[in-house]
Amino acid sequence: MTTNQLTKTDAKGTVPGAPLLEVDNLHVEFRTRDGVAKAINGVSYSVAAGETLAVLGESGSGKSVTAQTIMGILDMPPGVITKGEIRFQGRDMLKMSGEERRKIRGNKIAMIFQDALSALNPVYSVGFQLGEMFRVHKGMSRKDAKAKAIELMDLVKIPAAKQRVSDYPHQFSGGMRQRIMIAMAMALDPELIIADEPTTALDVTVQAQVMDLLADLQRERNMGLILITHDLGVVADVADKIAVMYAGRIVEEASVHDLYQRPAHPYTEGLLASIPRLDLKGQDLYAIKGLPPNLMRIPTGCAFNPRCPYAQDVCRTDVPPLHEVAPGRGSACHFAKEVLDGNRG
Amino acid sequence: MATAAEPILQVNGLVKHFPLTQGILFQKQIGAVKAVDGVSFELHKGETLGLVGESGCGKSTVAKLLMNLERATKGQVMYKGQDISKLSGGALKAVRRNIQMVFQDPYTSLNPRMTVADIIAEPYAIHPEAKPKQGAKKRVQELLELVGLNPEHINRYPHQFSGGQRQRIGIARGLALNPEIIICDEPVSALDVSVQAQVINLMEKLQGEFGLSYVFIAHDLSIVRHISDRVAVMYLGKIVEIGTETEIYDHPTHPYTQALLSAVPVPDPTGRDNRDRIILSGDVPSPANPPSGCRFRTRCWKAQEVCAQEEPLLQLRTGMHGPALHASACHFAEEKDIVHAH
Repeated sequence: MTTNQLTKTDAKGTVPGAPLLEVDNLHVEFRTRDGVAKAINGVSYSVAAGETLAVLGESGSGKSVTAQTIMGILDMPPGVITKGEIRFQGRDMLKMSGEERRKIRGNKIAMIFQDALSALNPVYSVGFQLGEMFRVHKGMSRKDAKAKAIELMDLVKIPAAKQRVSDYPHQFSGGMRQRIMIAMAMALDPELIIADEPTTALDVTVQAQVMDLLADLQRERNMGLILITHDLGVVADVADKIAVMYAGRIVEEASVHDLYQRPAHPYTEGLLASIPRLDLKGQDLYAIKGLPPNLMRIPTGCAFNPRCPYAQDVCRTDVPPLHEVAPGRGSACHFAKEVLDGNRG
Repeated sequence: MATAAEPILQVNGLVKHFPLTQGILFQKQIGAVKAVDGVSFELHKGETLGLVGESGCGKSTVAKLLMNLERATKGQVMYKGQDISKLSGGALKAVRRNIQMVFQDPYTSLNPRMTVADIIAEPYAIHPEAKPKQGAKKRVQELLELVGLNPEHINRYPHQFSGGQRQRIGIARGLALNPEIIICDEPVSALDVSVQAQVINLMEKLQGEFGLSYVFIAHDLSIVRHISDRVAVMYLGKIVEIGTETEIYDHPTHPYTQALLSAVPVPDPTGRDNRDRIILSGDVPSPANPPSGCRFRTRCWKAQEVCAQEEPLLQLRTGMHGPALHASACHFAEEKDIVHAH
């Protein structure tokens, strides 16, 4: 490690427009007694400061495992990173020592989890847990840390923060707990936030509040945001670009407007067609046939081929690479052109 | 579709209060969680009634009350001239043959130690009089085929199936006794998007085939619109608005319904920056201590003094125009198109 690189990372927002985080050809597998589950098979994406990348996928698509690998909280074993790089401000985090990574985690990259009740410790007050960030990372006194905790609770618009700082997680509602999680992520002023299904456990009216808050904070502080979700509605509301994952691969990458206007992968097309609309009562829903694959037995060729209406022989033998199909958008489908033109096979 | 004929299920003033007690030896009641507080609706043959609302609004408690899995504190559930909420023993068992339930979580609602054949045939053990003459096994295979599963898999265990397939098993079990009504409590919330559509389509197909009536409970408003003929919106133990699917979604008059519809993220990024969204402040109040008058007033932007004093009844309101001739429980009910305003 040269000093040159170190100074580069310390300055905030080094080169304008340069990606903050780059995931490059990442492969992760889980070696279990029953066999090897290939959770991530060559995922690449990047996020710049102020940008929101939505990673969209169903359960088992590898979206959360990618996030855990970035944070360095993947359970290893059984998880093994077999290939790839994760560069944060140009430096490969996978080659860093444990101590270096700890300096990035929380300070530079923070994470918001889905289930706030299980992510918070039930036996400590929320003020104590928020203050911990400052005591551990910044060496603040208890008193100062508590004052900071109140400040943070104000930031995420928790009413009567002064009185509630000594309350315990169970005394807060689901939406308020998720705000506390956001406050904790914001504590050290990170440059990148990874939010893993941050509103899935919340009701719609509360979801709208929480997503609004997250988007406001991101804009104010010009942070990068990786939003992991399965909800096509939430994505359409906040994302700048989208990566759609299926069976551990990115099958489509596009800007949010392009993707919703005209998907370039049959899986995305199927997903968009299968959600009912709020503004009109449709006829039969389009249903993608079959089931997501077992990661221990991913189909040969394109992983989506058994469920795909476009599938031909070539799909069963050759893995389609993620290639550019239009300026700024990629699709991993042999028939991406046909999908884009809307000619179902 | 709904007909003018006699409703198959009629719910009148249903109330369920769960007592809050204090003390160890001498327990005394210090209050009650008013989970359901005066709910009335009708269900017609072949119709789907959607029940929507946020968590804690009492929709699942209503489902349990309909089956008499919880005893109602007050009110009636009339089915063919009988009040289900007062029945017990053999009479209740007989009624339950005609009303079945499909649960939310396909992982916990199937016994992991029973095979699929045992699970689907269990209703016949409880109701021996309904056991098919040709034997349960054949019927189980028919049912599996009906819900789109391989009939050869009858000796498999639940863990060998995916979430969507398990939900199909749950539906097959619900159909085993040829019921007239199926109460579905969040049947697709635990499923992946691509699988949800399959299960919804299956439920619609089965409804057409057997003339089933559904009470469909969900928090996903888009899915409820898709499957329902009529929709009831619940807030804190009460129905605040009820009407046909078009009336509720295209002509909502209650502020809560409007806020709920407005909060649903639209899967289309066009014009997202100019969307005028109603964002409610605060959380749902505790059902142990609901606000006086209108229960929504603490979060309502229209609230005035009268809302705190006088409880608005669920009735047809004046001041509405167009096709909005449905009941709304708001003093200031006014039609506002939310879902097309985006």
